Formats: sequence, C-alpha cells, structure tokens
Amino acid sequence: MTYTKRLDGRKIEELRPMEAKAGVIPNANGSASFKIGKTWALAAVYGPREIYPKFLANPKKGIIRCHYSMMPFSGSGERIRPGKSRRSQEISMVMEKALEPVIDLYDFPNSAVDIFVELPQTDAGTRCAAISAAAIALADAGIPMTDMVSAVAVGQVDGTVVADLSYGEESYPAVVSDIPVAMLHNSKEISLLQMDGEISKEDLISSLELAKVATEKVYELQVKALKERFVKDNNHKNNHPEDN
Amino acid sequence: MMVVNKETIAQLAKDNRRLDNRSLTTFRQPIKIETDLSWTAEGSARVQIGETVVMAGVKLSIEKPYNDTPDEGGITVNAELTAMSSSEYEPGPPGMKSIELARVTDRGIREAKAIDMKQLCIEPGEKAWFITVDIITINDAGNLFDASGLAVLAALKSARFPVVDEATGAIDYKHKTDVPLPLTKEPLPITVYKINGALLVDPLYEEEEAYEARLTVASDADGTLSALQKGGAVPLTIAEISAMIDLAVEKAAFLREELNKALD
Repeated sequence: MTYTKRLDGRKIEELRPMEAKAGVIPNANGSASFKIGKTWALAAVYGPREIYPKFLANPKKGIIRCHYSMMPFSGSGERIRPGKSRRSQEISMVMEKALEPVIDLYDFPNSAVDIFVELPQTDAGTRCAAISAAAIALADAGIPMTDMVSAVAVGQVDGTVVADLSYGEESYPAVVSDIPVAMLHNSKEISLLQMDGEISKEDLISSLELAKVATEKVYELQVKALKERFVKDNNHKNNHPEDN
Repeated sequence: MMVVNKETIAQLAKDNRRLDNRSLTTFRQPIKIETDLSWTAEGSARVQIGETVVMAGVKLSIEKPYNDTPDEGGITVNAELTAMSSSEYEPGPPGMKSIELARVTDRGIREAKAIDMKQLCIEPGEKAWFITVDIITINDAGNLFDASGLAVLAALKSARFPVVDEATGAIDYKHKTDVPLPLTKEPLPITVYKINGALLVDPLYEEEEAYEARLTVASDADGTLSALQKGGAVPLTIAEISAMIDLAVEKAAFLREELNKALD
C-alpha cells in the first residue's frame, strides 16, 4: 500500500468542499445547484406534466425522464459538441434508475416528471453530483418521495479505499477503481452502482461501507439546502402585479 | 408562469404601461454580471436580467485557417435554449429560435470586427486560434437577445489563452496564460420591441409573445452599428427604425457601463 497521503491532502473519508442551493431556476417546478470541488451540476424539474409523445403515457403510472448534459465548455479539454452522446445517454438512464425507487410513480398516472441536468464545469464525479442535485430539485418541486437519494463516488487508489475521488485520483498511475454510488438515506439501499477499474471483493465491500458515511455528508447538505429554501420562501415578496 | 392574453399587454403598452409596472424603456432589476465561473472554459460569464439567466463560455482551439483568409483566426457563436430553462423548450437539435439568437449575437461581434482576427493567426495558412462561444440558457423569463449579447461580451472579455506546449504545439487546457483575446471593441445588442405602437425594451416572456415587430441593434461604444435584425410580422417605418436605433444605442451604453462596473 503506497497511497497513504491523498493528492489534495484530504482525509480518506473526506469529500471535496460542497455547496448546495435549492430553487435557483424560477421557471422550473423545482431546481437546485450542487457543487462538489470543481464539479458543478444545475438541475431543473418540470412536472408532473403531460407526456409528449403521447404513446409513452401509461394510465396506471407516471414516468420520470432524466436528461444529463455537459455544457460545451465544461470539459477539461477541447470543447464538447452539444447534443446527445453515448455517454450522456447512459448516464441519463442510470440517473433515472437511481432516483425512481424513491418516487411513487402511481401518484401521477399519464404524466411525466422531466429532470434536466446541465453542468457548467466538471472535474470528477459528475453523475453523482447530477443525482444529488436532481434529488434536491425533485423535493423542491414537491414530488412525493419516500426517501432521499444522495450520491458520491468511492473507490480504491493503489490499495487505499477513499471517498469522492478527484480527477487526479481517477487517473492515478496505479491500480484504481472508481465506484459511483447513490444511496437511499433511510434504507441504506444502493440505487446506483457502477465501477471502473480493478478491486478485490473485500475492498469493494469496505468501499460501499465508506459510501454510507460519505453519502450521509451529501444528505446533510441536501436537507440544509431545502430548509434554507423553505425559510426564504416564507419571506419572499412576490413582485407579480396580480398580487399587488 | 402567469397567463396573460396579448390584448391585455397591447392595451397596457398603448397607455405606456407594463405588466410589472416598469416604464417602457427601463430594464428589469437586478442586473448581475459575473465572470470566471467555469474553470474548464477559457472565459465564462453568467448574466441575470430580472429573472432571466444565461451563461456563456468561451473555448479556444488551434485550426487551419480558411483558404480565403489564410492569416486570420475565427469566431463562432452557438446558442442552446435548454429544456432546463423553460417548459417551452425540448431537448434536441437547435430550433429556429436558438439559431436566430446565435446568428444575431455572432454578427454583432463579427461584423463590428470586435476581435482582431489577424492577431489570432499563429502561422499563416497553417495555424490560427479559433474561438467558440456557447450560450446556454438557464432561465428564460424574456429578453434572451440582450442577456446573451451581454454574456458573450463578458465571457470574451474574461477569456485568457491557454498555455501551448512549445515542443508539441498541443494546447494545455488546464493552464491559462494571462493573455486576453484581441478584443478591440465592445459591441452590445439591444432589442427594441413594438407593441401596439409603443416601443419598449427588455421584454418579459409574456411581452415577447405579444409583440408586432422587433429590431435588434448591435452598437459599439461610439454608436457605430454592427448588426441589425428585424423580427415579427409587422413592418416598420423609417421614423420608427430611427427611434428604435436611438433607444438601442442608449441602452447599449447603459449595459456597457453595468458590464464595466461588474468587471472592475
């Protein structure tokens, strides 16, 4: 085991500095901004609303749709062409699966809840930031949820299990594994699990145990952002003329 | 979003009134301009006018110059009306509205010769810097044209060239120099709307749905015009165009001052 001191000096279980805010996009039914290190996700929720195209509508239950998108200037290299990529489509799909377990789709038959995530800048852990932002936005939109979803990557860098890998750690010149995890707060069940790299089963299990602690930090921040939003709303002076 | 019919807006405009009680020629508040928000962009900005929010990001690349301008670089402006920013937009390829927004903003910068393209040349006929600016809407509450023009100019002003490896010629996007873009002018577009005979600026989303004609005027600090775009189905008289240009130049000076205050 040679990786004893993390590249940016963090403790093993320490996440990068985080910031979260709910209610940042007035047009949306719910929205959030979530930053972790230099990764920044904005999420907007529209719905429940009518589904287009209509054939997707299900008279028994609603659907949720995620759209993950990196802004063209948000990659650390060349400009990214706008529009769907294989990567963005896959991430959108796993985001839906990560969030769906806490949403009662039978509450809004024939309808869709659309979740749009845009990233103005990225470093590492974009899908986890996207999920954490989306979960705040869903709660802000008043979508009935049975639990909160909080996501963070864990993994193993040259034999050491760490939380919230940085870009430098993801590309560390040794055996590395990057494991994005989304966890349901109450049940401690896992709704997103992917892995890149190599890891032993023992290290994987201890990584997932570490994810419990790490996602708890994200959860605390998500709740704080929602509480702050609620306080602000109470004092909000509405300027629309129909209220005057 | 509140639902207001076009007749209400037209009737108000005739009496020099608006839905939010502003005068016809007053911009919404707050006007906020922030730069250097995205470490991955060579330049970036976020502009808020009232509840409208847009971001713009600059990326630079080294490409072969065009055959007809072998000693010049280039600039392209793109716009994405994200589904995040309004229930009116859907994910997918750009529609007419985003294409017009991108092209009008692009012309305002390009035709003013605001960027000295020759200074972007590295090796004539072989290598030059090319600038791509992407406009991303965050919340469309009206007047994307002016907000986007302001965001693009702010992003261009904040941009710094990335480091280039002397030996390989490759761009090191993770490190920036302190060299700004060769920006020689500061053109800003202002769009003036005609509703029921009245001329107004900085429309709300609802007012944009009710306009008869609009004229986007990009102008420089000395009042030189660099791009025009008329929109809407109703024609304009020369006298109206003249009044609209005067108003646009005045408001461009106002926003330019806001920009310089913000960047100080």
